Amino acid sequence: MMVNLYPLKELKLPIVAECINPDIFQGKKPAEIEKLEVWEGNKQKKLGELFKAEIAETEDASENTVVVIHGDISRVKRIGAGMKNGEIIIKGDAGMHLGEEMKGGKIAVYGNVLGWAGSMMKGGTIEIHGNAGDYLGAPYRGSTEGMKGGKIIVHGNVGREAGAHMHKGIVKIYGCAGQFAGFRMHGGTIYVQKDCEARTGACMVEGTIVVSGRIESVMPSFTIEGVKKKVKIEEGEVVETPFYLFLGDLTENGRGKLYVAKDKNPHLSHYEKYL
Amino acid sequence: MELLIRNGFVYDPVNGVNGEKMDIAIKNGKIVEKVNERRAKKIDASGMVVMPGGVDIHSHIAGGKVNSGRLLRPEDHFKDFERKTVTTRSGVGYSIPSTFTTGYRYARMGWTTVMDPAMPPLEAKHTHEELSDTPIIDKASYPLLGDWWFVLEYLKNGQIEECARHVAWMITATKGYAIKLVNPGGLEAWGFGRNVNSIDDPVPNFGITPREIIRGLCKVNKLLNLPHTIHVHTNNLGKPGNYVTALETMECVEDLADGDKPVIHITHCQFCAFKGDDWRTFESGAEEIANYVNAHSHVTMDMGQVIFTDTTTMTADGPFQYILYTLSGNKWVNHDVETETSAGIVPFHYRRKSFVHATQWSIALELALLIKDPWKILMTTDHPNGGPFIAYPRIIAWLMSRKAREATLKKINPKARSRSLLPSIDRELSFYEIAIVTRAGQAKALGLKNKGHLGVGADADIAIYGFNPEEMEPSKKYKAVRRAFKRAAYTIKGGQVVVKDGEVLKHMDGATMWLDVQLCEPCEIELNEDMKRRFKEYWTVGYENYPVTEDYLAVSHPITVKADV
Repeated sequence: MMVNLYPLKELKLPIVAECINPDIFQGKKPAEIEKLEVWEGNKQKKLGELFKAEIAETEDASENTVVVIHGDISRVKRIGAGMKNGEIIIKGDAGMHLGEEMKGGKIAVYGNVLGWAGSMMKGGTIEIHGNAGDYLGAPYRGSTEGMKGGKIIVHGNVGREAGAHMHKGIVKIYGCAGQFAGFRMHGGTIYVQKDCEARTGACMVEGTIVVSGRIESVMPSFTIEGVKKKVKIEEGEVVETPFYLFLGDLTENGRGKLYVAKDKNPHLSHYEKYL
Repeated sequence: MELLIRNGFVYDPVNGVNGEKMDIAIKNGKIVEKVNERRAKKIDASGMVVMPGGVDIHSHIAGGKVNSGRLLRPEDHFKDFERKTVTTRSGVGYSIPSTFTTGYRYARMGWTTVMDPAMPPLEAKHTHEELSDTPIIDKASYPLLGDWWFVLEYLKNGQIEECARHVAWMITATKGYAIKLVNPGGLEAWGFGRNVNSIDDPVPNFGITPREIIRGLCKVNKLLNLPHTIHVHTNNLGKPGNYVTALETMECVEDLADGDKPVIHITHCQFCAFKGDDWRTFESGAEEIANYVNAHSHVTMDMGQVIFTDTTTMTADGPFQYILYTLSGNKWVNHDVETETSAGIVPFHYRRKSFVHATQWSIALELALLIKDPWKILMTTDHPNGGPFIAYPRIIAWLMSRKAREATLKKINPKARSRSLLPSIDRELSFYEIAIVTRAGQAKALGLKNKGHLGVGADADIAIYGFNPEEMEPSKKYKAVRRAFKRAAYTIKGGQVVVKDGEVLKHMDGATMWLDVQLCEPCEIELNEDMKRRFKEYWTVGYENYPVTEDYLAVSHPITVKADV
């Protein structure tokens, strides 16, 4: 079953709509879907007051529910929060807390996403074809409950603190990353294909960060371990170019791995004398 | 306004009422003999339990460190929030709720009086600002005096009467209610990165021992005729083997008792009833403590029950919080409050599967069940150190039902389960005893004459719970007990219905109680001159700005005490 959602107006107020979730939509009629409750600003509303729902029966008889949202919904928060199955496709921009604590299924966004996408994620996949905001896959402020599994792919750039407190899973960024990527990481992998701002891997204890582009600087609490010819990101994805391998963060007695491409970072060549 | 509560099963231990069906009449915020039946508003409490409003002797709800804890833990709040309604204001929980939410949540459970147990005198104004903003419940706060320089100096010189005059000034100046001692001597030592390890370990730079501080302030407490005893958080708290320190602390004031009147309150006793040499050989010392308390009448204590949840520990015991930080590796706050005390905050998750945490859970319940006299052991979680106060209904269920205890025992760490004394204890508390450990006993220990009972002249603070003891056995239907205590059918505060069916109907301000200690002869001039000089030398706050004036309290309720000095 495929559910199409069309915004009825330009959404100006912040909306909290954790009901936009394939698990909840499954087996419901459009009228029932429109009766689900959301918050618009400080008023409780029905989903039908903001969106028009249409159901298109798909031909393949797979049981997955696919939710397609057409239009800009960058004011809508918590889409797909806690989802376990199914798929959400957003043809436009999406708001904060997309796929928060999601456990399975798939979310694809053909646009940009604001902060906390995939926050506290435990499984499933999020693919963002535009840019992502700050705190990608990171927990709520103050919490240490980072990503425990799943995969996030961003084809554009991301903001600060991507993958903070991550324990498991993979974050692939095909654009640039902001400061503090992999802050307090405990495991998992972060791959940044392009450039990376400073303080990457601050306070990390374990896990892997791979930067293929230019990194602004490597923190002084990281120590160089060697040069590697290639790095495996995940099954079937290997980057074949020489990498400096740094270990850290030593202020936390960490053994996290930070790979930085050698060719793009001539300003780090002075580390070679310690090898 | 007149109110008549009809046909409830009334539990009022102070007046010996044990589940009798009777009416309670209320007029002008007080309980009276009778009211005009036609004019009075009636509440039908048939098939329900009627008790005095709950009293909490030890719950950190306001002040500097509570607020720092709120700032430290945004993640504690974001999953537990309350939207504003027509009557109530919005707020957040969970382990360190905002002031409004604190008031509403206590009221929803039928609690109407709460004591904040640790107020650094320097932060008295902050504490009172927050207490004034805590709605519905009546409250008071205990200033921390066990490491206060003046007190240490007077006691060192053996000047008990001068010390008493000074403490009298302090209590009135901070608008406090009782003398609180936290790790006496240890906090002063912590200012220099040290601690004291027994009650006979000398305090650096002062040369006196915790024993002398405890005994000295106990004598001061008696000289001033304060309604509550000294409120003691023992030395070595939270360390294996510390039940010996707790026993020594109780023993050291044994000779100061006159008659059956208690002279010392050992607070959150679970945290100082640890046996064993280290965390691996850790076990319960509840039996030894219970045996001592059963044989002596000069002690009251409260449980400090541990709840399996994510909470925030906060005490004035800086060195203990440092140990917790090293154990947990969590973020933390540590603070040295000038010449007065210290403080620390560490988020902490008590886990069922942890041997130590599960044993701690067991120790508190063992204490509550092994101490025969319920007037001596009161129910608390040391909110939020053992768990948030909203867990009280669960503790009540554990105390009332062996079945409830067994259900939890099944889920805890197997090693802790096999060593727990709980399977050997059959005792189940009745509603009468629950009324003692949650209200009457607490009010009695605090010396609150108008609280914790339903006799004529008492404050009309009443809780009504939807549980029919004639139809249901609380030991079997423990889940129904839990539900009933979670959402009181009615909470009446000062003769007004504030909560109905767990919903707050009315926003009202509770009073802040404080002691106006009146000395036999005023001696202020001499005291002022000395203090002014010292304040200039050592404090960041001027002597003139230090005291909390009465107009600072939203609703002031002074209690006059006539001292013997």
